[in-house]
Amino acid sequence: MKERVRIAAGQGFWGDLPDAPVRQVEGGPIDYLMLDYLAEVTMSIMQKQKARDAKAGYARDFVTLMKEILPTCMARDIRVVANAGGVNVRGCAVAVAEVAYELGLMGKLKIGIVTGDDILDRLDEFLFRGIELRNMDTSETLHTVRDKIQSANAYLGAAPIVEALNKGAQVVITGRATDTGLTLGPLIHEFGWATDDWDKLAAGTIAGHIIECGAQCSGGNCQYDWQSIPDLANVGFPIAEASADGTFVITKHDNTGGRVNVPSIKEQLVYEMGDPHEYITPDCVADFTTIQLAEDGADRVRVFGIKGGPATDSLKVSISYSAGYKAVGTLVYSWPDAYQKAQAADRILRARLERMGLRFDQILTEYVGANATHGPLAGAPSPDLAEVQLRVGVRGNNRAAIEQFTKEIAPLILTGPPGVTGFAGGRPKVEEVVAYWPALIPKSEIRANVKFLNV
Amino acid sequence: MRIQLKSIAHARSGDKGDTANVGLIALREEIYPLLAREVTAGRVKEHFKGICKGEVERFELPNLGALNFLLHQSLGGGGTLSLMTDAQGKTFSTALLRLQIDIDDEEASRLGLIAQN
Repeated sequence: MKERVRIAAGQGFWGDLPDAPVRQVEGGPIDYLMLDYLAEVTMSIMQKQKARDAKAGYARDFVTLMKEILPTCMARDIRVVANAGGVNVRGCAVAVAEVAYELGLMGKLKIGIVTGDDILDRLDEFLFRGIELRNMDTSETLHTVRDKIQSANAYLGAAPIVEALNKGAQVVITGRATDTGLTLGPLIHEFGWATDDWDKLAAGTIAGHIIECGAQCSGGNCQYDWQSIPDLANVGFPIAEASADGTFVITKHDNTGGRVNVPSIKEQLVYEMGDPHEYITPDCVADFTTIQLAEDGADRVRVFGIKGGPATDSLKVSISYSAGYKAVGTLVYSWPDAYQKAQAADRILRARLERMGLRFDQILTEYVGANATHGPLAGAPSPDLAEVQLRVGVRGNNRAAIEQFTKEIAPLILTGPPGVTGFAGGRPKVEEVVAYWPALIPKSEIRANVKFLNV
Repeated sequence: MRIQLKSIAHARSGDKGDTANVGLIALREEIYPLLAREVTAGRVKEHFKGICKGEVERFELPNLGALNFLLHQSLGGGGTLSLMTDAQGKTFSTALLRLQIDIDDEEASRLGLIAQN
């Protein structure tokens, strides 16, 4: 058994710094590269791509990345765990296999394929059997949106990832797996932690939580002493150096920018936190009130003392459904009286929308530069404001009404208050809104599947 | 004396649906009891008047010198439904740091805060 296992995070979300995973692989020693590609919005986009092209529906960026790093990963025995498979895990694995073939890695690569999360085709069966998949926030039953659903996935935990690694996969590709499972899986595989060793499972889960947002724990978006954080242009992504006893150190490669210290880790720990006593994953329930932190040299924070409890008997399900359309229009008003001009423009715009009889489910006006982030807490804007951006958004089910709204923004330039600019981007685009339906499903209904593709 | 949270704490915020979470962290360990005493759920609800339309829940993490607040019904529907610039509640952290609390001079002096006002 290895004494320490180093898991490097390469992406905090789909669209994060493209060269971060490459730098994690090449910048120093690591054992695993963990890549999180799936935001909630991603699954519905991938379902649409797959509907158009049966070979699509996964994160293509991952395949491009593998082309670049696979030879190094194979040479240095770095294993890759990624939820890049989206709604077509097999398709993603085949694409990676093709890349491996091109790279001359025949006979060397075993790809683990984790499926079973996609339940889109089973929803009617569930509803028929009385599994209501009620919205966790609103308690509504799924029938209210049944005909608008675009994707439905259960969040798988670490177990199938462990199985794939145990059977020798160097690259493990999943669909909807929890971010934390991508880190916990390799640790269970390496250290042989029991499935009811709750404290250790909680520790691995918290290690995953800390590194899953990439550089957000190593100096990015860090309020604490932010001016002094060095060289964010060259920010080092985090690495969890874990030990078999469930303690770990968060660090980053030498010669990288950013900062790992107790405050930077604390900020990430509280990010998107609910009840800290109960951080629920498919693998365990972690207690964030037990976490102890200590600095352990430069850019190293030791994390220990973590306690956890038994996993629940449900899995979270993320369902996406079509929820109408939206558009956002902006214009910039300059000094003098920038704020008053923007307010006047908003009144004129709303009067015109009213006259046209346009109805929206929601209309929101914000003044960027005055109150868009802190609302009334920002106080009255300075009369000397150099400029302010008027930002008006509308949302509704009637696409035509949203289209008409987008045509009413530019005319304000010649027919409204003076000192206005900032319309270079053209007419606002109408976006389809895809909303989320969080629900729970009994674990017994979901069976994860692990298969392999040998190159 | 009156002191703004900005000078004694840092914070990070995020979203879960239409709920914003704000983690408020004491800049120094000794300051945590002051935060725990003064920055109550009710105080935060009042601070976010007009922004947070639901209830405010508070959780304590003395091990991190931190408090976690859940501000329900605060993000204009949340996620992709929201029309807000800050649909993910990312700047609720700094909005909370605007909060001012009253502290008696003796405690302020003991915590080394007198010069900072």
